[in-house]
Amino acid sequence: MRSNAANYDLIAPPSLEAVLAVLASEPGSYTVLAGGTEIMVALGAGRLSARRLISIQHLRELRFLSASDDTLILGAGTTFTDIRRDAILASEFPLLVQAASWTGSIANQNRGTLGGNIVNGSPAADSPPALLAYEAELTLLSSRGTRVVPYTDFHLGYKRTILAPDELLYSIALKRSYQGYKTYSRKVGTRKAQAISKVAIAALARVEEGRITDVRIGAASLQDRPARMTATEQAVLGQAITADTMQRAREAVLAESHPIDDIRSTARYRGQVAANLVEEFLRSLQTDPR
Amino acid sequence: MPEFSPSEPLQTVGRSPLRKEGLAKVVGQAKYVDDLSLPGMWYGATVRSSVARGRIRSIEFGPDIPWHEFTIVTAADIPGENVIVHLAKDHPCLAATHVNHPDEPILLLAHPDRAILPAAVAAVRVQYEELPAVFTIDESEAPDAPAIWQDPAAPAKNTFKQYLMQCGDEASLDEIFASADFIVEGEYRTGAQEQLYIENNGIIAEFDREAGVKVQGAMQCPYYVVHALQLVFNLPAEKCRVIQTETGGAFGGKEDFPSVIASHAALLAMKAGRPVKICYDRAEDLAGTTKRHPSRSRHRTAVSRDGRLLGGTIEVALDGGAYLTLTSTVLSRATIHAPGPYHWPALRVVGKAMATNLPPHGAFRGFGAPQSIFGTERHMNKIARTIGLTPEELRRRNLLRVGDRTATGQLITDTVDMQQLLTRALQETNYHAKREEFARTNPGSTIKRGIGFATFFHGSGFTGSGERRLDSLVEIEITPEGQPCILVSSTEFGQGTNTILCQVAAEALQLPYAFVQIAQPDTARVPNSGPTVASRTAMIVGKLVERAAYSLRDTLLHSGLLPGDYTEQDFRTAALAYVAQHGPLKSSVRYQSPGDIFWDDQNYRGEAYPAYAWAVYVAEVAVDTTTYSATCTHFYALQEVGRVLHPVLAKGQIEGGVAQGIGYALYEKCVWQRGHMANNQMTNYIMPTSADLPPIEVAFEEVPSIHGPFGAKGIGELPMDGPAPAILNAIEEATGIECDEIPLLPEDLFARMAMPQENAR
Repeated sequence: MRSNAANYDLIAPPSLEAVLAVLASEPGSYTVLAGGTEIMVALGAGRLSARRLISIQHLRELRFLSASDDTLILGAGTTFTDIRRDAILASEFPLLVQAASWTGSIANQNRGTLGGNIVNGSPAADSPPALLAYEAELTLLSSRGTRVVPYTDFHLGYKRTILAPDELLYSIALKRSYQGYKTYSRKVGTRKAQAISKVAIAALARVEEGRITDVRIGAASLQDRPARMTATEQAVLGQAITADTMQRAREAVLAESHPIDDIRSTARYRGQVAANLVEEFLRSLQTDPR
Repeated sequence: MPEFSPSEPLQTVGRSPLRKEGLAKVVGQAKYVDDLSLPGMWYGATVRSSVARGRIRSIEFGPDIPWHEFTIVTAADIPGENVIVHLAKDHPCLAATHVNHPDEPILLLAHPDRAILPAAVAAVRVQYEELPAVFTIDESEAPDAPAIWQDPAAPAKNTFKQYLMQCGDEASLDEIFASADFIVEGEYRTGAQEQLYIENNGIIAEFDREAGVKVQGAMQCPYYVVHALQLVFNLPAEKCRVIQTETGGAFGGKEDFPSVIASHAALLAMKAGRPVKICYDRAEDLAGTTKRHPSRSRHRTAVSRDGRLLGGTIEVALDGGAYLTLTSTVLSRATIHAPGPYHWPALRVVGKAMATNLPPHGAFRGFGAPQSIFGTERHMNKIARTIGLTPEELRRRNLLRVGDRTATGQLITDTVDMQQLLTRALQETNYHAKREEFARTNPGSTIKRGIGFATFFHGSGFTGSGERRLDSLVEIEITPEGQPCILVSSTEFGQGTNTILCQVAAEALQLPYAFVQIAQPDTARVPNSGPTVASRTAMIVGKLVERAAYSLRDTLLHSGLLPGDYTEQDFRTAALAYVAQHGPLKSSVRYQSPGDIFWDDQNYRGEAYPAYAWAVYVAEVAVDTTTYSATCTHFYALQEVGRVLHPVLAKGQIEGGVAQGIGYALYEKCVWQRGHMANNQMTNYIMPTSADLPPIEVAFEEVPSIHGPFGAKGIGELPMDGPAPAILNAIEEATGIECDEIPLLPEDLFARMAMPQENAR
């Protein structure tokens, strides 16, 4: 352990209201700790710059899954294990369940939360591509009130989000309207488990009479933030799944990807593999035309 | 000394009793060094260099740290020589005026509060005058390279060591090349690899003006540490006491390095006047301790049209890092294993080790052999492809047979039949059927499958005259309870030393396994049975234990106290009666070189090893053309290792070695940034998980060897040799692409598979 725990403050107010009150009274002075699977790693490595931590890990009011006829709402404190065990998610939102199964170790999945995965803002995070594909909506809470924003608008850049210093991510809503959609997801990590993405894609599409009539593609590690691949979606929307369509899709993927060279991979590899994954997705639509 | 032929069937050897220390490990009672605490103990930390090469200009102690609370040690505090002795004295204990690699220890700190040490380490500011550095073999040997390592005895600039090994008529090599049907050339490279033991390096040291230095911690070779401490403290051996605590894995990574951390902890203990513990965290252990030597092998081979090796030259170059440490011995094993298990009418092998400004590379399972065997086994496939034979047929025409001589001139007397091993391995893996199947299914699939293999041998024990020089001593004493207790410096670090040595003694003494004890290695109590390295523990130390056990039994039988046919209770009664009459009973035996082992260190001729283990490893792979990733999907390991002492442990050794070999081939890459390991965390140094590993099938053939106890030979390093070449040979089968460098990551395969396509567009 390279940090001195004596240099850090950790508070754990008893309720959501109390947490919001603290955030409102000293905006920006606390960093929120949920599952701690990111923060504790930084603490161990001696590179956690935030000195004041406020824990929400114990707040039961953030850990829920509630379904209505048309919407499924996940509390921000829902763990990856919760996600993997839920029957509605398994049948209607397989992309999210697969993403949860990719995340870290079983211990990470028990501890890590969906809200933490989103707010942490890593471009390589596992759940955002699925949430982008499902067009999730986020509910943000503060003492000032509540706002609902499309997840697509949440990330502003590398580890930057629209979350205000006094705000907390409260819940994530998914529309239950993907019956008849075909889904595809694949994570290309440094190994098969306990891995960080080199590139990952989560995608869904509806195909009618051989043409793609609706499509969403979310991606990790291709830009400085988790991102929808809108140009690629536009390139294939309304098209028949032909070699020509695939080629245009590949070009669009490369055009809207801005991957980087880092310790885990190269930009060229990431771009090319993303194009291959999108092609694989399109081929998977071809095999069983509806 | 009369030797008793063991009763057949064997009672303990060849069975799989529980590990001696297994229960304590499973229930969490086993104490590792970081579990231990001594009264008044402080904690130590290391200030390391941040540049690859330079002169130290100044050391400043930054503000906001209560420096008066710390004990601070520099090179000036060393009472003896500022050196960590291995094979030479080039390696300083603490850098005094110059640094030669990043993360080199410069200064030591100790404090009662462990938590404040990292900030103190960061507050020590060292200024350097930087000097030019080199980071690869190629850079080090370049004509205009800066001279980074100089020694009057060095064969050439930046060259730690050079060996020349020749067989056949040297003068005829030119003629052989001039008249050969084919000349095949190839270059093969391997990367650094981290041992990644579960327990990081750690030591607790104490110092007393009268008694001297006492250290305890994780290690393989307690007497190596004694030797190192003697020089640093200028003390006789009896005042340097070293105790091995339960050790959580080593793989060679705790062969030479504990001498460094033990010296550091002991220097702090001396100056602080209290016990000091240094335990590295993973990041420090990865960045600051030894790795496997990177290598480059160049082959040039003359081959006849019908696939016979006529002659060849092999150049094996190792990157030794900044100091010699064990590099010349690693190079020796790399050189001797480079010819592989093949018959060479004429061969010249040149081995050389270069200095670079990386942290010193050190021992790691296989110790040079995996590097040169990778080159040789890839090259055999290249020869086969060039001349139009199958990989199998090329090997069949050249494998050593009983009565042949190796490249060092050693007569093969083992009754091993490599042809038969190869036949069995290919049959049991359905090699021929799979090859046909993959050739048929690959064209229509994005997943390309392949099957490949490697044939190889690994010498057991120290090279050449090494065992004679080690002069190992083993004792078995009778405890106050009347039980035999084995006294050796051979250490348990997960591989099974305690268990197999007790099995051997139990078998020889015809006593139950549970009745035999083994002492914790403590140099105040156990004799020097040599280092726990080089696949020598089962064969060499085991043989000494067997002899000591016979000798002990002999003494009791001849005393008349022990009946010829005895029970455990008879033995205890007789042993206690003997002690009562004659005083303490201890049998000691010293290594005796087998009469027919001769080695010429100058010319590299003779019996390189008393015995070899022989193996054929077969790998199946799947290469995904969507992600350019190669996965090993099935692995089969067949080996002849003499008598298998403990089938469960032996199988575990092979499975673990294969897993480590798969990591070496496809996953584990040290990312060096100006000599500093940039990916020094387990998140980014990618070791395969169980999800990445295939089913591993392990098969043994057992031909008892006269050199080991009950016929056992060495086993520990062998499984590291075969996986990498077998896997890359399989990838060649799957894709048609010859990859000659490991680790082979998806990004590398991408460069080979996708780039040409892209260029063609």
